[in-house]
Amino acid sequence: MLSYGIFFLTLVAIYGLLTLGLNLQWGLAGMFNIGIGAFFAVGAYASAIVTTPETPEHLGGLGLPFWVGFLASMAVSGSVAFLIGLVTLKLRSDYLGIATIGIAEIISQILKNEGWLTNGVRGITRIPRPLRGLVPGWDSLVFLLLVLAILAVIYWGAERAYRSPWGRVLRAIREDEPATLAAGKSVLKFRLQAFVLGSMVMGLAGAIYAHFVNFISPEAFQPEFATFIVWVMLIAGGSGNNRGALLGALAIWGVWSGTELLTGQLPAALATRAGALRVLLIGVLLQVILLTRPQGILPEHPPKPIGIPRPKAPEV
Amino acid sequence: MTDFLQLGLYGIVLGSIYALGAIGVSLTFGILRFANFAHGDLMTVGAYIAFTFVSLGWPMGLSLVMAIGGTILVALAFDQLVYRRLRRQAPVILLISSFGTALILRSAVQLIWGSRNQVYRTGIQLPMRFWGLRLRQDQILIMAGAVLLVLALHFFLQNTRVGKGMRAMADNLDLARVTGIDTEQIVMWTWGIGALMAAAAGVFLGIDTRLHPTMGWTLLLPIFAAAILGGIGKPYGAIVGGLVIGLAEEFSTLFISPAYKAAVAFAILVVMLIVKPTGLFGGRA
Repeated sequence: MLSYGIFFLTLVAIYGLLTLGLNLQWGLAGMFNIGIGAFFAVGAYASAIVTTPETPEHLGGLGLPFWVGFLASMAVSGSVAFLIGLVTLKLRSDYLGIATIGIAEIISQILKNEGWLTNGVRGITRIPRPLRGLVPGWDSLVFLLLVLAILAVIYWGAERAYRSPWGRVLRAIREDEPATLAAGKSVLKFRLQAFVLGSMVMGLAGAIYAHFVNFISPEAFQPEFATFIVWVMLIAGGSGNNRGALLGALAIWGVWSGTELLTGQLPAALATRAGALRVLLIGVLLQVILLTRPQGILPEHPPKPIGIPRPKAPEV
Repeated sequence: MTDFLQLGLYGIVLGSIYALGAIGVSLTFGILRFANFAHGDLMTVGAYIAFTFVSLGWPMGLSLVMAIGGTILVALAFDQLVYRRLRRQAPVILLISSFGTALILRSAVQLIWGSRNQVYRTGIQLPMRFWGLRLRQDQILIMAGAVLLVLALHFFLQNTRVGKGMRAMADNLDLARVTGIDTEQIVMWTWGIGALMAAAAGVFLGIDTRLHPTMGWTLLLPIFAAAILGGIGKPYGAIVGGLVIGLAEEFSTLFISPAYKAAVAFAILVVMLIVKPTGLFGGRA
């Protein structure tokens, strides 16, 4: 039971990182990214290539320590996001969404087809678990604490960003792009920064995931689990609210795991299709949230402006 | 040279399928004002409904009719249950909702029909030969079916009251409303026609290749690229866009691995949106 709790919380923390990253892009800046899985995968592969022991199967096998892997995952996913952002961030949010589907598809094909880089569909094995043996017998708890510490730092950063002048400009872009442009802000530059930062956090989540499960292959980054569920988490928790993003990750992963217990009761003949039933339930849940509470469990609370007296409404 | 023409022929077959899908995307985008991310999965639903009737021994033509009917019902049901209640919200809420619909449709297909590859008919169909070019009978039927549907759509849009109302709504929503067009009725027709074209595209795709629960989702990118290339809200543009994307994807295999076909549609989409977001024929940005 304890080990299941640790396992559950580790995954919640990884999803929490993904929702915080998405919240930077969507909640703050209004950029519709449905290629989350691509950045997650890029980060996972980057860290795996840097930290695995020497191997002829794929690029790298440098055997470097895990924190180098984490830094590499952020650097690579950030660079990929920068290049993609340069060409796509001029697009309106719905067109950006379509473009990110394309990016996700291209990256997933690269992972499958470029064997020299990724070992193709066979995937990368022997990804080391960080801090193994630090406290003998408690490896998974130590790992959970590491992930929670990283999550806390990212959460703190995201909160600071939200309340900073930088975050205010992003919210302004989200609410009224022409007005922000007229106020002299470089909309494109701010968007690019938010897109790259959000993708770096997603890449870091990917690296942590790779070190958590020790084995990655293109199969692990199906859009259902790497993209859709993250969106449902953020919408359910409350987009624009960092605490909401974390709460959404906890709540939806709880629902998701709960449905596993439910479908576990099904007869064996139906068990193979249980996964589809669970995804269906998550999809229905998203629709119900959008229809009944589109602002999420914890709605956005933008900080109130201080020290500026509100102008009186003109008399009509 | 023959290779080149052969790829062109395959490109037209693929392009006809894209065109049918793009018509639906272009109409819903133009009239309902949101990018329907569930359109690809609507195609999947159509393909699988036809599969059920084919495996019951029904002829292909009749199965296609049943698939069209079933897909229209699914589209209308989602409109009544979900989209109608969200119509006053910002378009992006509808967009996220359609994303949820895509998830529901795909997992429902997996749940009902399983996630294995399926085919309508086992065995290999020998291609016919014309001047050294190969073409399967199925592929000729796909092209003929697409031409028939497009002609029917043309007649509908030009000559019926509903068709004219649809064009009016795509051009200017407020003006259409002021002139007394029943917009809710037009919305229903839009879903109906979009679903009809989607079901046909899904069945044709299933005939040309195979059935799989993600078959429609992976087509979403080329279909949107085709709709944007032709100009949003312009069904005729969508046909041209579909053919251009189909041909470009097939010809690209001369230079790059077929696995990266998606990159071609992506490149066309991005370049088009940056250079001329209104599309080749001046639709809406």
